[in-house]
Amino acid sequence: MTITATINGQGVTVAEGVTILDACRQVGIDIPTLCHGPTLTPANVCRVCMVELEGSRVLAPSCSRMLEDGMVINTDTERAGHSRRLVMELLGSASELDRTGSKLDAWLEGHEADIDRFGPGSATVAAEPKIQDDLYVRDYGRCILCYKCVDACGEQHQNTFAIAVAGRGFDAHISTEFDVALPDSACVYCGNCIAVCPTGALEGRIAWDMKEAGTWDVSQQQVTRTVCSYCGVGCNLDIHTQDGRIVDVTSPMDHEVTLGNLCIKGRFGWMYVYSGVDE
Amino acid sequence: MDLRLLLERPTEAERMAIDAVVGSEERHNGRVVFGGHAARERRHLLLPALHAAQDATGAVSRGALSYICDRLSVPPADAYGVATFYALFDVDGEPGSTLHVCDDVVCSQYGATELCATLDADGVDYHRSPCLGQCDRAPAAMSHRPGVGYGVAAPVTARSVAAPVPEELPPGFIHQERDQLSLLNRIGVVDPESLDSYRRLGGFGVLARAMEMGPQAVIGELKKSNLRGRGGAAFPIGLKWEGVRNASGDVKYVIGNGDESEPGTFKDRLLMEGDPFAVVEAMALYGFATGASHGFLYVRGEYPTAERRLRGAIDQAATAGLLPGFELEVRRGAGAYICGEETALFASIEGHRGEPRQKPPFPTESGVFGKPTGINNIETLLAALHVIAIGGSRFAAIGTEQSTGPKLFCVSGAVERPGVYEVEFGILLGDLLALAGGIREGARLGAVLMGGAAGVFADASALDMPLTFEDTRAAGTTLGSGSMIFFDDRTDFGPVLTRIARFFREESCGQCVPCRIGTVRQEESLTRFLSGADVERTTLDDLARVMTDASICGLGQTASTAVQSAIGLGLV
Amino acid sequence: MFGAGGGTSSYQEIEETDFIVMWGSNAREAHPIFFHHVLKGVRNGARMFAVDPRRTSTAAWADVWLGIDVGSDIALANAVGREIIAQGLQDMDFIENATENFDGYAEAVDSYTLDRAEQITGVPGDVIKMLAHEYGSAETAQICWTLGITEHHNATDNVLALINLALLTGHVGRYGSGLVPVRGQNNVQGGGDMGALPNKLPGFQDVENADLRGKCEAIWGCFIPPDAGWHISRMHEAMDEGILRCLYVLGENPLQSEADGKKMKERLENLEFMVVQDIFLTATAELADVVFPAAGWGETDGTFTSSERRVQRVRKAIDPPGEARDDIEILCDLARAMGTDWLTPSAEEAWDELRAVSPMHAGMSYARLDELGGIQWPCPDETSGGELFLHSRLWDRPMTTTPAPFHAVEYAAPVDELTPEFPTRLTTGRRLDSYNTGVQSGRYSAPRRIFGSIDLSPEDGADLGVAEGDRVRIVSRRGSIEAPVRFDGSLRPGLAFMSVHFPDDTDVNVLTLDAWDPKSGTAEFKATAIRVEAIA
Repeated sequence: MTITATINGQGVTVAEGVTILDACRQVGIDIPTLCHGPTLTPANVCRVCMVELEGSRVLAPSCSRMLEDGMVINTDTERAGHSRRLVMELLGSASELDRTGSKLDAWLEGHEADIDRFGPGSATVAAEPKIQDDLYVRDYGRCILCYKCVDACGEQHQNTFAIAVAGRGFDAHISTEFDVALPDSACVYCGNCIAVCPTGALEGRIAWDMKEAGTWDVSQQQVTRTVCSYCGVGCNLDIHTQDGRIVDVTSPMDHEVTLGNLCIKGRFGWMYVYSGVDE
Repeated sequence: MDLRLLLERPTEAERMAIDAVVGSEERHNGRVVFGGHAARERRHLLLPALHAAQDATGAVSRGALSYICDRLSVPPADAYGVATFYALFDVDGEPGSTLHVCDDVVCSQYGATELCATLDADGVDYHRSPCLGQCDRAPAAMSHRPGVGYGVAAPVTARSVAAPVPEELPPGFIHQERDQLSLLNRIGVVDPESLDSYRRLGGFGVLARAMEMGPQAVIGELKKSNLRGRGGAAFPIGLKWEGVRNASGDVKYVIGNGDESEPGTFKDRLLMEGDPFAVVEAMALYGFATGASHGFLYVRGEYPTAERRLRGAIDQAATAGLLPGFELEVRRGAGAYICGEETALFASIEGHRGEPRQKPPFPTESGVFGKPTGINNIETLLAALHVIAIGGSRFAAIGTEQSTGPKLFCVSGAVERPGVYEVEFGILLGDLLALAGGIREGARLGAVLMGGAAGVFADASALDMPLTFEDTRAAGTTLGSGSMIFFDDRTDFGPVLTRIARFFREESCGQCVPCRIGTVRQEESLTRFLSGADVERTTLDDLARVMTDASICGLGQTASTAVQSAIGLGLV
Repeated sequence: MFGAGGGTSSYQEIEETDFIVMWGSNAREAHPIFFHHVLKGVRNGARMFAVDPRRTSTAAWADVWLGIDVGSDIALANAVGREIIAQGLQDMDFIENATENFDGYAEAVDSYTLDRAEQITGVPGDVIKMLAHEYGSAETAQICWTLGITEHHNATDNVLALINLALLTGHVGRYGSGLVPVRGQNNVQGGGDMGALPNKLPGFQDVENADLRGKCEAIWGCFIPPDAGWHISRMHEAMDEGILRCLYVLGENPLQSEADGKKMKERLENLEFMVVQDIFLTATAELADVVFPAAGWGETDGTFTSSERRVQRVRKAIDPPGEARDDIEILCDLARAMGTDWLTPSAEEAWDELRAVSPMHAGMSYARLDELGGIQWPCPDETSGGELFLHSRLWDRPMTTTPAPFHAVEYAAPVDELTPEFPTRLTTGRRLDSYNTGVQSGRYSAPRRIFGSIDLSPEDGADLGVAEGDRVRIVSRRGSIEAPVRFDGSLRPGLAFMSVHFPDDTDVNVLTLDAWDPKSGTAEFKATAIRVEAIA
């Protein structure tokens, strides 16, 4: 079954069961997204991806609204652009967005978003980074509450539920139960939250330290795909090296065995490689 | 699930209170444990269990939360996230009594501002509460004593508020002649704790009649009546009930939305407290007509009397065999305005944070527990009961063509006789004001806030507007929940607006960016605007636009309407 | 299974199956990403039963956990089989067309009544019946197991008992139904694929088959001994007998990983000559005459084969440290020193040679492995995309290939008997953040690591009069060690658990018995009789 709709004045025919966002990307229209991830059900919360849908009183979230036959969609109207700009300005006014990658910078610029417009007295989510072990940094001043980490830790992948959204409204934040330290929580250090964090609020310790020191340089990094050296499940790993040294290990999001997920051994257990070498 | 619990254990009192909700624990023998899906399906007991812990001690301790998690297979972080969402759960707080003083739009105009100042000066420990639904006798307070219970008092003074749990209040004032009333007909007449009393007044006769008619005929009458939902969205009820009936699937639910939290609204409280058996009968009718065998009455946490009476009414009705094939239970809210939004209410019943969900899918297709669900507020349910009582055509003859039937308005603020008024749709705003005795102390009307915090301000020019769905829509205003808060011309609207802005900031669920951050920026910007920064007008307009355009649910979409309209009318 | 040494199914199938049995597998900790797929199945509505003496973090997810006595699996499986037949839930069409020896099986399980099984396993008969009913009536079902089944003196019989259940119900050879042994090491499946088994040539070809041997001899240009070699337990015996006097150990730490560690140490010390090739100077390497430092993960190219028979490329990302070298180079240099030039092939050249001798790998060029992100064997030629699941042939009608046989197997109690002197059953296993003897996993910082301990039920701890953290002495018929106590509510009284990860300070293999399965050569790590003594 196919669906025919109109996007930005152009007729579009796509397979049934795709979102507006999928359809837009299929025809080469890029829409900014933050809380959307390829391996997660859309949380539908960041509202960066809103588009105008004819007949709808309000804008529609392209990431989670399914495309329907006959829909007339406009992604680049003044109204959609205004909404997108404001959402970016709101996010930028509340959280540190300097480690989100170049894409967001381009979006901010493209939408002429002014993240300082609300003035210096604006409430923010600024917080001291939580460093409670040798593996993780939780730098929640960079958190935009996109729910990805919670979904990855919870029902959608890991099913550990070490973290959840606690509190309400602007006080809503990612937390363990009673904010206990991570080693005292249910966390199993799989790092699957880090894998999906779009803003650098969750980082492996090595990457975070290097970013703080200004030595993290993606342009100087190579990625080599291999397989984990521990159990027999066969998780693919991407080894990130910089200056001939491993600086990070991740799993590819499109690998059907892991969907980007790993366990603690896969994500961090490789550090034996430098045991006895560094000393 | 492989839970990692906290080290703290519950006290004996907590354990007993929680066990009363979730059942007592059986220790496994090291050979067999039944868990899995069946265990996880008990998650919906999370809020009742948290209430049990809170009620027992006045707080949700670590030990209690951990024990609940163990018993219900809910991870502690998850349960903590849920508990901290709801204002009435004092998570990890000190055990003991609690006091909630309403300082919302109406109460703050009528004594709460001074009351709070006195309490602050006396060092009294209390929480500032959003509207407690007692606007016709402001100011109001709610107190709780562990092991004793909740009580609401209104009006209160600094001295009376310190008393232990107060006596139960009468449901409210009826200022109209009884024989003119249909929805309020039994209030103050029927004994709300006696099934016999209700039946002597003809109670459960409508349900019996409906059972003779059959579900299709019931829905037919509803369609004929042109009854529309009273919660604000004005959806045709016959269509909604038919939608649930026709939805595929064996398991369906019906829900009575008694989470009345819109500031200035107290009509559903009056109905639940004053005529609880009618609410139960209406729910049974709903279940019968839609084919749902299970119903929930979700009652606001701030309405302890309504909750108690509804539980009693269900027990009595079920015992008397009046609810055949229909299981009805009460769920208590826990302090979250957003749970009045239907999808957030589903999440709350399921034991989650009250976060709204994307629509579509609509509830008739996928509602609570992912099943087809019918949900209506209490006034709508009683109106539906009235449709079957008098017939769809007679109902349709009341009011206007598009807005049929009797309608309840909650009139509060600067009027002589605040209270709930039952009128026909189409009454002029000015006539409603006159019914309530006009503006108090001979002052003149300053403005009226129609529809509560999520509503719109109107001034004297609106007094000749007929109160119907169609006329208010045409005028760019709203009936909303039926709340009409009147202000006289001496009112300083600055504090009123900042209270409304704070209300939205505090009640935003926090899920979507436009509302979570937008409500904060609106409050900040409004404060600057009120101190003379005219440039903030652009900011407020931008925020209003993005909240309206891009928020997930009605809360964010209406979080700026009152502020915008007040500025538009030049009230500030 | 039925001639091929690998699991029948793909991970994706468990996401869509109706019924899952996790039998002797704590995949939640030992195979966490496999368990993600299991959890997806559970979230999709699959019912899950867990059979495990401990209520592990895996069992905690089960709809029903069956806490059997260690080593009583065959009694349970046979009782389930008997009950399936009693309830008439067996798939007679499948049995008649695709199997043989059903009558022998039915006869053999007939004595495993629910009562008898309850007596042997400790699991209530009605719960055994429930398992039989649900497995027997499920549309699709998977049985997954790991070392809880295979680290026993009768490991092969254990596996056969489970296979019998799949044959009985037709839960094999179809999408969503299968038998899934999850492999414990990154490439233990690949090692088997390559023929690193005493009785197999590459691709699980029987070494005792002259035709197959001849084919390899032609390609390799050398003579292949016509008899099966020794598996590891037989090698141990041969060392005891003084027949085996020289040992070359590659990437293993037998001093710490083998049962009855004291005896193992004597064996290794009595060798005339031992070479160890490893990435670290392991405890075994310290006993070696010669040590070859080898390049490790991230430092070499090659392939691994996963538990779903998926061959995937491994690639070099960094240079090995110091004098460490690629295994191929070391082996070829050694061969050269012994007078044969193997030309030091690249990893790909070595792989292509494997493809030439192993039909099931023939279609897996490096280019195709790269392109497809791995291929699941069998992949006989370059048009084949591999197989999602094995044995679909059993559903061919008419069935023209060899039927799958039922094997009647009998319960046999663990060798190390419980007696008043040794009243507690010790079982061993892994924890999430650690791995085997800790050679790799001991060298990174895991925030929640549980170091060497003996886990007891709180009740047993109270009886002993010890508190958590107290050191106790653990005594078996082979030796004794000390360890701190940890209380674990997932254990019942009489059952103790130790992890295998910290041999340097808590060497559990001092206690274990090297009774082994004559067919697989695996030792009975899972069932040791011990006594726990408080240390005054």
